[in-house]
Amino acid sequence: MAASRPDEPVLEVRGLVKHFPLTKGILFKKQVGAVQAVDGIDLKLYKGETLGVVGESGCGKSTTARLLMRLERPTAGQILFHGEDIAQLSGKALKAVRRNIQIVLQDPYSSLNPRMTVGDIVAEPFEIHKDVAPKGSRRKLVQELLEVVGLNPEHIHRYPHQFSGGQRQRVGIARGLALRPEIIVCDEPVSALDVSVQAQVINLFEKLQQELGLSYVFIAHDLSVVRHISDRVAVMYLGKIVETGDEQQIYERPTHPYTQALLSAVPVPDPSLRGHRDQIMLEGDVPSPANPPSGCRFRTRCWKAQDICSVEEPELIVREGLEHPSACHFAETRKVISTRVVS
Amino acid sequence: MTQDTINTTSSADTVRGSEELDAPVLEVENLHVEFRTRDGVAKAVNGVSFDLLPGETLAILGESGSGKSVTAQAIMGILDTPPGFVTQGSVRFRGTDLLTLPEKERRRYRAAKIAMIFQDALSSLNPVYSVGYQIGEMYRVHRGASRADAKKKAIELMDRVHIPAARQRVSDFPHQFSGGMRQRIMIAIALSLDPEIIIADEPTTALDVTVQAQVMQLLADLQAESKMGLILITHDLGVVADVADKISVMYAGNLIEQAPSIDLYGNPSHPYTERLLAAIPRVDLKGQELYSIRGIPPNLTDIPPGCAFHPRCPYAQKPICFEQVPPLQDVSSGRRSACHFWKETLDGSIQTR
Amino acid sequence: MTEPSHPTAAYQDVAVGALTMGDSPDPEDVGKPRSLWSDAWHDLRRNPTFIISALLILFLVVVAAVPSLFTDTDPKFCDLSHSNEAGAPGHPFGFNRQGCDIYARVIYGARASVMVGILVTSGVVIIGGAIGALAAFYGGILDAVLSRITDTFFAIPLLLGAIVFLQAFPYRNIWTVVAAIMILGWPTVARIMRGAVISVKESDFVTAARALGASDMRILRLHILPNAIAPVIVVATISLGLFIVLEATLSFLGIGLPSSTVSWGSDINDAQSSLRSAPHVLLYPSVALSITVLAFMLLGDAVRDALDPKLR
Repeated sequence: MAASRPDEPVLEVRGLVKHFPLTKGILFKKQVGAVQAVDGIDLKLYKGETLGVVGESGCGKSTTARLLMRLERPTAGQILFHGEDIAQLSGKALKAVRRNIQIVLQDPYSSLNPRMTVGDIVAEPFEIHKDVAPKGSRRKLVQELLEVVGLNPEHIHRYPHQFSGGQRQRVGIARGLALRPEIIVCDEPVSALDVSVQAQVINLFEKLQQELGLSYVFIAHDLSVVRHISDRVAVMYLGKIVETGDEQQIYERPTHPYTQALLSAVPVPDPSLRGHRDQIMLEGDVPSPANPPSGCRFRTRCWKAQDICSVEEPELIVREGLEHPSACHFAETRKVISTRVVS
Repeated sequence: MTQDTINTTSSADTVRGSEELDAPVLEVENLHVEFRTRDGVAKAVNGVSFDLLPGETLAILGESGSGKSVTAQAIMGILDTPPGFVTQGSVRFRGTDLLTLPEKERRRYRAAKIAMIFQDALSSLNPVYSVGYQIGEMYRVHRGASRADAKKKAIELMDRVHIPAARQRVSDFPHQFSGGMRQRIMIAIALSLDPEIIIADEPTTALDVTVQAQVMQLLADLQAESKMGLILITHDLGVVADVADKISVMYAGNLIEQAPSIDLYGNPSHPYTERLLAAIPRVDLKGQELYSIRGIPPNLTDIPPGCAFHPRCPYAQKPICFEQVPPLQDVSSGRRSACHFWKETLDGSIQTR
Repeated sequence: MTEPSHPTAAYQDVAVGALTMGDSPDPEDVGKPRSLWSDAWHDLRRNPTFIISALLILFLVVVAAVPSLFTDTDPKFCDLSHSNEAGAPGHPFGFNRQGCDIYARVIYGARASVMVGILVTSGVVIIGGAIGALAAFYGGILDAVLSRITDTFFAIPLLLGAIVFLQAFPYRNIWTVVAAIMILGWPTVARIMRGAVISVKESDFVTAARALGASDMRILRLHILPNAIAPVIVVATISLGLFIVLEATLSFLGIGLPSSTVSWGSDINDAQSSLRSAPHVLLYPSVALSITVLAFMLLGDAVRDALDPKLR
């Protein structure tokens, strides 16, 4: 899981912003505001590692996934792939980049075209990027891909509805691997699967990473899954990254109040810990991303909030006495969960 | 006049204070439910039995297709008939078998004695009526209250479930609330007639984890206040560990293990439970290996012979697991297991095949 | 809490370092390939309504294509001496006012109705489908403009509009009639297609195709259209019957097909005057028309049930 880190990140995001305009009027639309889905984030992804992005609904992580895939055009900011900015690319250049960054989506039931055979679905990348594989070799490549993800290559002519959810997700993964990308953006890839099937797919992701040297941006709301698979983690809240660090730092020594509250809320399958856990209850609701609070966005629900929090937005920097960046004026380590090492 | 004779006394005075406190408030015995579809008969629930004491929290744990939601619907009497049919068994609420009652009688129990909350509050609440109206509906229909009284009660309930500014928000519509708030509204509706049992079908699955914690805490507080029984239906082993007193694990329509929480997690007596615990990532473990369960749950129209879990079980032995359906046996007081090799699973001596 | 200590390496679903198919988690076979279309066909084949209407339509198409198989009589050969005579050997349906053989006219009249039905439906699906699909796919201003155009044409009453259109033309042949009905019939299909495309457009598999770098045309052709076409097929099969009635109505009103073309509608028109004295003149072309329209309606019903998304 952990990999050696060369100096240059494979993917770097600087000041990425995506605002969705809110308009009024039928014929002549006037912009009256904007949903600030992603409001200036920085990320780094190194080769062979998994960067987990966690947060709750409305935090902007799904929008981030779409931005990284250039399925949306950023309002501002840079997305650097091996140093080259792809944020404003289009046409042929963008198409070429797509060979290196692929996506696996959440819902196994809607991410595959129900009217195409599984073989055609996995072969589509070769149809779109014709120069990757000559026509004659495509069928064999598709069968190999199906094998790699643990499916029977003879099922190449079956249709998606003939497979289970976990199998369909594997087909989606095979499709994502076809072009041999360096990076795979995983948008909640196991959330829609049964518990016993989740483990199969998580294990598959890890196996593929080890064997193919893939880098993952793993976006999820399930903190247990993210801990298991990630090397480094970024915590998002209302369009901003509030804390980032390696897996151990975030899970064992969180410094931002939101991260701490989030970790304390994760249920642990161990009844003997009842009453012994550090439980932080947040008040209130998540504010609307169209109208975020001034200064620190978390201040409306934070037990540490002071005047400065509404005036000055805390930057994501390494604060005095701490090891990893945190966007809080009063960042302080609090060990919310006690970790046990298994192996 | 729609006075409901069962509810003339406030529930605080009822049997909870009496000597019947130790008698189960709900007893489900040998429940069988099947769905008759054009693809065959799906045996959704096959002989499930459990009981619930007042103030107790029972979790029914299972994955999709295990039959847990169908069991709840059968208890509530809201099963889609056709294609669903209860073919056997009894559901006794304080001694009265609900399955034998005519629909009119049955309705008096529904919501007033046993209430239910569902997973998706947005689709469970009517979008064209205000939340106050929907909460108050319970009073208007079951207790014949006037609109004004019903509205007052609605505000009281909204306060009880900690919805801020209840007086101002009582006329708001469901879509104006966040997911967590909507779930609280559903809980308010469920609580309105002071039921003795609440059945919660995946109440927090669609919610964020911080909101989930709030809602589960609310349910726990309410339960402690009113000695209500809670049946929690879920697939989430983490949520169950926090709140359940005892757990019934279902697989392919069968109840395959029942145990108090501490025992189930610490020392499972059925391979499915044991494998499930080994398959979930935990936020407080580092270096964990996930051991997945091979295969997928069976098609309910074609359940494998013998033990329904045997095709996926690493310990299945020929011929017994392949041919004989394991009966639900007593493991110890309060513990049962439907496995031919429960002893070996319990003490860890079980062999992989 | 005890750690699960039982599983041996053989039981892990991960064989690290080995590309192995032994990981395949499913002992269950997924069965023979079954596309959603073949599932629908499977259902259709069992539906008696479909079988009856399909056979009927097949029969009608054969009659329309090769009328000489069914009769030797020339439908345009009219002998006034037989005016309004009832059925006789060799002329089972009798004669009309001009003395033409009704049976022959019914047989030959099928061609006009079937042709108009098929041509109009094809045209309407192509034009309406294209407009609806493009409007929905590209959205924005294109959608606004195309939708307003659709609405405008939609507002024109079909029959009235067709009459006005045909009055403007000096020629009257099957092509002008087809054009008249087509120009006013496409908005329904356009709307249905637009709705279907809008809902399919948001699907994850379309997102996945974009993420692979698929061009707009590819996405429309391979991903959106096959999934949006089902409701359009249903509307088309039902509308076919309506278009046939429309042509008959126009011919009945005297502004449809010219009298040189054998058509049920104009025959019904001619039969009006002798309704009381010779009802058989009206009876046979009317029944033929009704059966034809009924067959297409039933086909549409059966197809709609088979393609019902709730069952797919």
